[in-house]
Amino acid sequence: MVTEKRVWEILDQVSDPEIPVLTIADLGVIRSVSQQGEGFKIVITPTYSGCPAMRVIESEIESALAKEGITDLTIETVLSPAWTTDWISENGRKKLSEYGIAPPVDEPDKSILFADAPTVSCPKCHSSNTKMVSLFGSTACKAHYQCNSCFEPFDYFKCLK
Amino acid sequence: MNSLFEYILRISDDSLILGQRLAEWCGHGPVLEEDIALTNISLDLIGQATNFFNYAAVVENAGRDADQLAFLRIDREYKNTVLVEQPNGDFGDTMVRQFLFDAFRKLFLERLQHSKDEQLAAIAEKSLKETRYHLKHSSEWVIRLGDGTEESHNRVQNSLNILWRYRTELFYMDSVDAELIQQGIGIDLNTFRNEYDTFVSSILEEATLTPPANNWSFGEGRIGKHSEHLGHLLAEMQYMQRTYPNMEW
Repeated sequence: MVTEKRVWEILDQVSDPEIPVLTIADLGVIRSVSQQGEGFKIVITPTYSGCPAMRVIESEIESALAKEGITDLTIETVLSPAWTTDWISENGRKKLSEYGIAPPVDEPDKSILFADAPTVSCPKCHSSNTKMVSLFGSTACKAHYQCNSCFEPFDYFKCLK
Repeated sequence: MNSLFEYILRISDDSLILGQRLAEWCGHGPVLEEDIALTNISLDLIGQATNFFNYAAVVENAGRDADQLAFLRIDREYKNTVLVEQPNGDFGDTMVRQFLFDAFRKLFLERLQHSKDEQLAAIAEKSLKETRYHLKHSSEWVIRLGDGTEESHNRVQNSLNILWRYRTELFYMDSVDAELIQQGIGIDLNTFRNEYDTFVSSILEEATLTPPANNWSFGEGRIGKHSEHLGHLLAEMQYMQRTYPNMEW
């Protein structure tokens, strides 16, 4: 009999389609796994409303579990509580940084419109002398930064609260 | 008439039509970063519209799904404001349109996230986080263009002169709203009208822009009466579904 713990272990091997260095468990999009009769119910939540990766994530969950013989599966998408970058695991943050994407830093009160841009360290040379080039980057979840010390352009996984 | 269905359409159609407009910038942005920003915002809006349409389909319970609601209605059945269907014009026009909308949408979602309708509240809570980024972006550009060069100032002042008349429709309310407000589901838009005006004025002041003196308003999109621009937009947005019904990719 497959346990919930085993399902989590399997899900921890499923990569995010857009940032393959992260697993979907690292990203915090899996909200719960529970036994349901002979099978399992998995609750997921999208990072951004328009995230095109969600359907791919669903089918990857299905195929990863099918390989282990788990086919009796319900995947439910919930919107509330809304996903936040606080749910990215410590290990996920470390992997992002090593991959060249600056992990989210705690930003000041999001209700302030023109709060100062957060200090983001360069994932290459670790200098904190960086500048924001654009609030919007290669995917919905990232902003575009550049390092003033080594001039490396890099992605910043922006804080969403 | 199903008031809740109608109410959701008004919200989702604003997102869908503005998302479609912004998508027209793809490959045409003034700089690469803005091309990416505008299409990112478009993606957020279309994602939000999908969530609202999925719920509208459940509420309507008439066998139509989100795609059918988005792609297979005729122009009179769209309930977006006339503001969001206005053509992109130049980058300044697009930013003023976006700013007038984002400022409204943020205040609206802040309230809708406490709606008694749990699904509307959940979509609002999710959308709000994205909308804050949109408003920051459009506000910064209005300031930068208004308080920029003589050329940028004059052009964005002209954008404001033209688009200003459409903002009032964002606060349109009728019996649909009244019914849902009474149920604790809908939002009384009058409760944040002053906050909206104060906020918009503060940004315009910083941008050294002056709202036009004539305060007349225009737009009846909430009851399905649109400008000529919506038909053209729909023709492009719907042609694939009209030509190849039920096609998917």
